[in-house]
Amino acid sequence: MSALFKNRDLVIPGEVLYEGRIRTGDNTYRTQGKVSATRIGLVDYNQNMVSVIALEAGFNPLVGDLVIGEVIDIGLGSWTVDIDAASKAVLNVPDAIDVPFRTDIVMPDILDIGDTIVAKIVDMDRRRTPILSILGRGLGKIKDGFIIRLTPSKIPRLIGKKGSMVNMILKETGCRIAIGQNGRILIHGKTREQEETVVRVIEKIDREAHISGLTNRVQRYLKKLKEKK
Amino acid sequence: MSSRKKKTKFKRYDGRETNELRPIKIESGVLPNADGSAYIEMGRNKILVGVFGPREMHPKRFAKPNMASIRCRYHMAPFSTDPRRSPAPSRRDNEISMVMRYALEPAIFLERYPKSVIDIYAEILEADGGTRTACINAATVALVDAGIPMRDLVASCAAGKMDEKIILDLGDYEDKEGQADVPVAYMPKLGKVTLLQMDGILSTDELEQCISLAIDGCMQIYEIQREALKKKYGLTEEEVEEK
Repeated sequence: MSALFKNRDLVIPGEVLYEGRIRTGDNTYRTQGKVSATRIGLVDYNQNMVSVIALEAGFNPLVGDLVIGEVIDIGLGSWTVDIDAASKAVLNVPDAIDVPFRTDIVMPDILDIGDTIVAKIVDMDRRRTPILSILGRGLGKIKDGFIIRLTPSKIPRLIGKKGSMVNMILKETGCRIAIGQNGRILIHGKTREQEETVVRVIEKIDREAHISGLTNRVQRYLKKLKEKK
Repeated sequence: MSSRKKKTKFKRYDGRETNELRPIKIESGVLPNADGSAYIEMGRNKILVGVFGPREMHPKRFAKPNMASIRCRYHMAPFSTDPRRSPAPSRRDNEISMVMRYALEPAIFLERYPKSVIDIYAEILEADGGTRTACINAATVALVDAGIPMRDLVASCAAGKMDEKIILDLGDYEDKEGQADVPVAYMPKLGKVTLLQMDGILSTDELEQCISLAIDGCMQIYEIQREALKKKYGLTEEEVEEK
């Protein structure tokens, strides 16, 4: 009945985190009365729950997630979208143009293969295929800007508590950023320097996401970059 | 006098003790375009492993409806051995690919990703005996680096018999000239064997000795794998500040 690590210690898969009765949180599993980690990450002991904050993890689609994906196929009344998950996502015509599907709609005119979209996962069908929608503010086809990638498990660090990190980056650089939960980030700045600053900050977050005091460190880093100019 | 001394002190051809591993170096996250990757140097073996997925299986008819599949590819580069080797996959390559898959399957939560596939590509750049065990060691690190949920790491090591002595971690010469070779893959925290092969002739006692020696070796390798995984996140708060 005891915790075997300190809070925020780095653990790897298979390491026993707790012996005894406790609820298992994210990235843990129970065998023979012991709770072990399933991913590399930082262990988190709560009052009655043990979980691991993963440092490396793929994207696990959930309803409500904002994602950035690429259209890879056009079917009858739907598009297939690659969102870096274990399965491809589907975007149906009524979720794209807000009218029911008619056979005389020319689908490539709305979205063609190779187009990149910002979309929201609105539903999972019974085979757990994500259903997307591009109806809404900030959603739709991307016309300009560029995309970089971050490990999906580090996206919460980039957003910060109640968006504190991303709001700070927006304020300091003046860029527009759309963060997909699947690890793709759309950056759109007024000048090349602004965009470069954002990329360097995101690279820093990728390197140092597991060390505490990240927001303050990024703030100092942004100041340093500004002084250099 | 000197001849008696030689008899009492057994030395291996490369000067190791009977229960000594070759020097091992593992590095994780070496390939930017793979989801997870690892590079291992085990003695003179040099192996690069890339992991992709979980992703959608193509062709779709091979996908399992209730769990993920694993595809392994063990491949020796033409320049990895002397003399040069044909780059086409041989019967031996196919067998080792399968053996690798069997060794890694029990450690992965495959049921969490139905209909998808995890691809593991192991490329042997330099071979010096015991490549299958080295591949399994590197593949485990690469799988963790890819963020694939695992029950435990898999450490792998061979033991064998040469000149009537039970020895650990056979090199190329010992593999070819020795009397027997027993590769073992082991999940250290769960205490489960996931791979056990035997090549050569051993008595029951000797086999048991070999297995327990190989498991000892696996425990040592497990520590090295752990260090390799933690090294990527080894920076402390003060070190970061200096950058």
